This record gives sequence, C-alpha cells and structure tokens, in this order.
Amino acid sequence: MVRATRTGRPGYGFFVALLALLIFGATIGPHSASAADLPELVKTLGSDDFSEKDGAIKALGELGDPRAIVVLQALAAGQLAVVQESQKVAITEATGDDLKLTDAVTGEDLGTVAEDAIDRIRVNNRLRSSIDGAMSALQIFSKSPEQRFAASRDAFRTATPAMAATLEKALTTETVPAVRDAMARSLAAVRLKTGTSAERTQAIATLASTTDPEIAGMLRGLADAGDTPPDVKRAAETAAQAIERKLKMISVAGNLIEGISLGSVLLLAAIGLAITFGLMGVINMAHGEMIMLGAYTAYVVQELFRAFLPPGIFGLYLIVAIPVAFLVAGAVGVALERCIIRFLYGRPLETLLATWGISLMLQQLVRSVFGAPNKAVANPEWMTGGFNVIGGLTVTWNRVYIIIFCFVVLAALAVTLSRTSYGLYVRAVMQNRPIASVMGIATARIDALTFGLGSGIAGMAGVALSQIGNVSPNLGTIYIVDSFLVVVFGGVGSLMGTLVGAMGIGIVNKLLEPFAGAILGKIVVLVAIILFIQKRPRGLFALKGRSVEA
Amino acid sequence: MATAAPPSGFLFNRQGWAVFIGVGILLIAVVPLLNLATPEGSAFHLGNYLIPLLGKYLCYAILALALDLIWGYAGILSLGHGAFFALGGYAFGMYLMREIGTRGVYGNPLLPDFMVFLNWQELPWYWYGFNHFWFAAAMALLVPGFFGMLIGWFAFRSRVTGVYLSIITQATTFALMLAFFRNDMGFGGNNGLTDFKSLLGYDLHLPSTRIGLYIATVIALGIAYLICRAIVTSKLGRVLLALRDAEARVRFIGYSTTNAKLFVFTVSAMLAGLAGALYVPQIGIINPSEFSPANSIEIAIWVAVGGRGTLAGAILGAVLVNLGKSWLTGAAPDFWLFFLGGLFILVTMFLPQGVVGIGQKWRFWRARRQSAVAVAAGHD
Repeated sequence: MVRATRTGRPGYGFFVALLALLIFGATIGPHSASAADLPELVKTLGSDDFSEKDGAIKALGELGDPRAIVVLQALAAGQLAVVQESQKVAITEATGDDLKLTDAVTGEDLGTVAEDAIDRIRVNNRLRSSIDGAMSALQIFSKSPEQRFAASRDAFRTATPAMAATLEKALTTETVPAVRDAMARSLAAVRLKTGTSAERTQAIATLASTTDPEIAGMLRGLADAGDTPPDVKRAAETAAQAIERKLKMISVAGNLIEGISLGSVLLLAAIGLAITFGLMGVINMAHGEMIMLGAYTAYVVQELFRAFLPPGIFGLYLIVAIPVAFLVAGAVGVALERCIIRFLYGRPLETLLATWGISLMLQQLVRSVFGAPNKAVANPEWMTGGFNVIGGLTVTWNRVYIIIFCFVVLAALAVTLSRTSYGLYVRAVMQNRPIASVMGIATARIDALTFGLGSGIAGMAGVALSQIGNVSPNLGTIYIVDSFLVVVFGGVGSLMGTLVGAMGIGIVNKLLEPFAGAILGKIVVLVAIILFIQKRPRGLFALKGRSVEA
Repeated sequence: MATAAPPSGFLFNRQGWAVFIGVGILLIAVVPLLNLATPEGSAFHLGNYLIPLLGKYLCYAILALALDLIWGYAGILSLGHGAFFALGGYAFGMYLMREIGTRGVYGNPLLPDFMVFLNWQELPWYWYGFNHFWFAAAMALLVPGFFGMLIGWFAFRSRVTGVYLSIITQATTFALMLAFFRNDMGFGGNNGLTDFKSLLGYDLHLPSTRIGLYIATVIALGIAYLICRAIVTSKLGRVLLALRDAEARVRFIGYSTTNAKLFVFTVSAMLAGLAGALYVPQIGIINPSEFSPANSIEIAIWVAVGGRGTLAGAILGAVLVNLGKSWLTGAAPDFWLFFLGGLFILVTMFLPQGVVGIGQKWRFWRARRQSAVAVAAGHD
C-alpha cells in the first residue's frame, strides 16, 4: 500500500558548494586529456601488450567523449578489430560469412572483408573490469540527462578516487540542475573519501545541507571510523546529526500524511458500514466485497477505454469509473437488501452470517471471472508522480487526490443527510423505526436505498484503492476488519464519529509503524480499541435516543 | 429453539443414553476394527489415511460443540473461537516440538529447528516446561481458558453484546494471527510448528499411534459432550437460555448474567483448546492461518447447519460440512466457496434450526397427522 517515493533533493546550499567547486576546479586547471587524443588511444587498443591496452581504456574513460562509448562497447563485445591491410581499428559487424567494417574513430564505412583479413582485438578479465569502469565514467557524459543522472548517482555509491576528475569535468558542462546536484554530491562524496583534510571538511559542509539517508550513513561511518582526523571527525559528527534530525522530522511528517491518506481510505470504506449499521442494526460482512467490486469496475472501465477509445482521452477513465462503480456496487447492495437481508431483520447475528456467505460467493465469482492474479489499474497521467513539500518529503498525487476525494464524498453525504428529505427520513428511521413508520415513512424503501448508498460509497472507495495498489479478489477482506473497528470506535450511524475514528486509526497506525513495525502497531491499535470500548461501549459519538439501546 | 424440558434421567433419558453409548461404541470399536481387521481390498476396509481424517472431523466437532454452548445457549456469537483452538494447538505443538529433540534437521537437543535457523541462542522462557507432556496438556486447556476469561471479562463487564461482541472477537483473532505470523514471537512465524516425530515416545507416523489418537479424540468428544450436556441441563443452563432471550430481564430478576456468561465462555474456550490440542498431532502442523477470521466464521456455519442449541446438531453439522468440504475441494475446488457461501445464506434464511430442526419438524408433522388420524378414527 505504501508507495510514496522519496528522492533526496539537495537544498540551495548545494549551489554555494557548487560555486566553490567550480572555483576549486578552475585552480586545478583544465583536464589534460582531450578529444584530440581519441584516434591515438583507439590505435593503442590494437596493441599486443595488455597493459598498454589497459592504459588506453582507462584514458578513454577519462576522455569524456561519447564516441568512446561505442568503441568500448564494441571492444567488450569482441567486435573491435585491426584491419590487416590499412592497420586501422574498425568495428566489425557480421553480414553473412563476411564482415562489414566501420572505422572506430571516424565512423567511416570501410567496406566488407573476409574474417581472415582482420585481427580481432582480444580482451581478458582485467581489461573487462577496466572497460566497465571506463564505461561508467563515460556515462556521465552521455547525451541523455537520465543516464547522466543515473551515472552520477552510481558514482556516489562507488566513489572511487579516479571519479573526481571526471565529475569535475562533467560539472563544467552540465546544464540540467538535478543532474548538476547529483554530480556535485557525488564529487563531495569522492572528496570525502580521498581528499585532504580541508577538502574533506568542505565536502562535509556541502553534504550537510542534504536530506539523504545514504549521506547520513556515510557521514556517520566517517565519524565513527578510528582513522579519521579529529577535525574531520567533528565536522562529520555534527553534519550527520543535522541530517539525521532532518530525516526524522521528514519521516514523521511523511507518516502523518500517509496516516491521513490511510484514514481517508478507511473513511470511505467504513462510512457506508456505519450508516447501514446505524440504520438497520445489521453488520454487512459483504461490505468489503463492495469495495472489491468498485475496484474491479475501475479495472473494467480502464480496459474498455483502452480497447474502444482513442488513447488521448485515456486519462478520463477514472472520472467515468467513479460514478459507474457507485452504480454497480449500489445496485448490488440494493439487490442484496431486497433479496436476502430484509428477510433477516431483527436477527443481526444471522444477517452477519448470511452476508459473510454473500462475501464468499462474490469473491469466488470475481475470481472465476477475472482470475485469481492481481490486476493492475494504471494511474492516469494527471495522478502520477508527486510534488516535493520540503527537503526529501515527496507527496504523491494519487494520495492527495484520494484525500480530497474522500472529503468531497463526506461533505456530499453530510449535506444529503442533513438537508434533503431523504436524509431526514434516514435520520428519523435511525432514531426510532416504529414511530417513523407510523409517521408515514416507507421504512423498507429507506432501508433499501440506504443500503444501496452505503454500498455505492464502498464501490467508490474501491476505485480510490485501485489507484494506490493492485486489485485482487480479496481486496475487501484486507480493509473490512479495520472498517469494523472504525465503526466500533467512532460510534454507529455518525458521520463525525466515522471521520474521527478513521483518521484516528489511520494516523495512529502509521505513526506507530516506525517504532513498533506494521504488525505490532496494528495489534496495539486493536488492544487500545478493546480497552476504549470498556469506557464507551457505544463508541465515541454514540447515537442518543429512546430506541437505540433496544 | 432448544427444548428446555429437563430430561427424566441423569443428563439423558434412557433412550438418549442408548444413542450416546451406541454411537460411542461405533466410533471407538467399529471404526478401528474396519481399519485393522478387514483385508486391504475389502469393501468395508477403511484406508489408513481415513483415520486422521475422521479424527480431524471429530476435533472440529468438539470445536463446534464449544461454539454451540455459547451461541446456541447463551446467544454469544464468538467469531474468534478459532483463536482458542489455535492456542490449544500451539500449546500442544510446543510439546511435540520439544519431543523432536535431536532428531531435527539441526540436531539441537534444546532448540527447535526454526530457532536454530533464526540464530537464537537459548530457549525463550515461555517454552520452559513444554518438554513435559502433562504441562503442555494442561497449558492447552489453561491458556485458551485464561484468554477466553480475559476477553470475556472485558466484554461482558461492559455489556458488549450481539454483533459488537462478534466484531471484537473477530478483531482479536485477527490480531493474534498477525502476531503469530511474526518470527520474533518465537512460535515459528509463517511456517508454524511442524515436522513432529513422536508423542510420549510413540511414532506419530505409525498407524497404531494414529488409531490411538483417534480413540483419544472420540473419548474427548464424549466427555466434552457430557460436560456441555451437564451445563445446559443444570440450573445455570436455564439461566443461560433466559439471558439469551432477554438479558436485561434476567439481570433485573437478580442473576449475575456477567458471571454466567463468563463461566460458560471460559469453558467453551477450554473445549476449543482441547480440540486444537488433539488436532495438531493428527494433522501434523499448526500455523498462524488457523487464527484467520474466516476459519472462525466457518465454525459458526457448522453449528448453524447442524442446528443451534442442540449440541448433537453441532457435532452433526461439523462432520457433515467438513465431509462436504473434503469432497468438494477435491472434486471441484472452484465450487467450494460458492457452496459454502450458499450454505451460509440458505441455512440462515430457510433452515434456522438446521438439520436437527428438519427431524424435529418431521416428528411434529407426523405426530399431528397421527393425532388427526386418531381423531378421525374416534369420530367413526
């Protein structure tokens, strides 16, 4: 369920550090290797001496020339060869029995020759590892920003001394801010390992402004290591503490947001349960399956959009799925009420068992129709990704939309119950069924409609759930126990109670998770609720009325 | 729904004792005879694999009996009885684990295999004593009993009744399931306890041990039935029936409904623990899935199918439903959940008194017809 991604994003302190690095880099002077050396280095690759070849590979890696990537790839694949006649180094490609040659440096076509007209350049294991190292350095100069970013991050992890020069060189030409940040950070990491004492404290200052657990771990390791000079040690210690403090705050804030988002899902799942329980005194064990049906409706609508409508409007499927899921789950709910539950009024325990039976059958039905494996429901484009709140705290859009959606539904329901004549009837039946009936309210119709309404909301909850996880036949059972607890905790038939119950359970669950682990946190919440109902057996917001107790 | 008419004799009338003893002899003597004394190919031969299967059904019957005692007679629908069953099973499973000794994969004389695997150095304190059979057997009853008493005390004291109680018990077994799935609980985590070798020195894989366990289960079922029968025919039994139908009124008259419910709930939890303890050596494994809420609800349908508040109906229901389950999950696995779900709906809607109710209805119908015939004959 937890899908929030956190990418460490450096703050503005980075740019200061970056400036420092640029000046620093300028004092060292431009790197000696340049693209002019490429033909010479490639020629050296053709040498018979393995250590000469090795030197050439390493030099190619530091060259920062994209053409070198092609050469090294060919070398690793055993496609690089020396043409006997011209002594040129060429990349070979098999065409039938013969070989097509391309000049390794210029890319010029050298015609087609037979196998015996060339000498393949052989590599051994030592050369292969050199090639790997050179390739990863070269990736930093790749044309695609994604590759450059990935390579910079890799450089952070490996942080070999040789990377320092490469990173410095790459930084002078880099224009994409995110990649620049990553490079600067990696450079600082390299300096941290291999630089002089002054360089290291400076690198620590650069790193201290980030919120990356990896960096915190690295600084912590440095501070705890025995052979670190005292001043570096001190700087690393304070920097590590600063990052750890920030990380802790971010994780608490992140948990809070996750808790609210879990609470919203629980609220959507439980609210229908709370209403029908309050109105009819029956527990609908098949309520979770309404959620599941809603989620599968979203899946079906998605597949229909894929099959019949232009891809341009695919993102709209979710908008369509919400009312469809409401109608599907609502219709199933009304059918259940009319066909089964109404015959069992006054026998709540039997209703519980019968609805459990319905739940089993619906699960098996869905399993038979759609198959047991999980189905993936794609996020529409406008729901993917997330935004950065502060530091490393990223909130994904789907969670934001779910929270908003949940409150919209809650508000709509509150207005329906308090401002419409239907809502008036519902409240009347909830408070005193016989008297409401005497006053001319068609209680049976209210029951059916309300059951449908509760089920429909559960269906919409299913659509919401399909956006944060996969859809499976037992989706409902995951949420049903929690939904019951929300109702028991919050009180029956009260929107306010359900809201407080759902948010309370959601947030406490998520806040406990880091200390106690997900499972122990859940158990603690359960025990707390069992103890809580000792004090308030009818929940936090109990309905008051003469017939409620009966 | 239960006939509250006191029996003319002790626990049963003469006919009732005859049926009880007859079924007992059938189960204790005839079944093992059919297994041991008949040739392999004979039509009457019971295969070796059938003995533990029958034993399993009878364990479920004890469990159903436990639920019927509180649901049928006191109106408490516990959806967490699988938890007591599993606790009893774990308690006895711990003894069986210790009994393995050096025959485990790692050959550690003190630690069970899974602890060696998790790199534990010493036995957790709560495993002490489980190398003694008598201790484990007592714990298999006392732990579920204590747990039942604890839950019951919290629930009945604050007058949590009806569906609230069902939800709380369901949440409890759910929480226990999550807890037992954890490796650091020290109960084998996901895999539970398994690979048992012997019980009191008898090899568990030998047919003779299996028959012994089966006979022990039959005797336990008989004793459990007599205990339940003794409770429901006593004065306490009538208080229970009364509070099932009108709890507030019973309380106003002056009975402590809390104590009555607490007593019967605790007895029921211990019976469930007994069932679990007998189940584990015959099946050879106990794992956290026994705690799953779905298992506990299934017990309710056994009782409902047989007929609530009849005791004998619970036994019948448990055996019938599980026979159906064994057959259907083999013959048409996809169909089993449809069948079970349908059973829940049909029984609650059309057969509130279960299978036993059909018999009662038929007897009632025949009696009326006979009296009508007699009346008609009298007119002639």
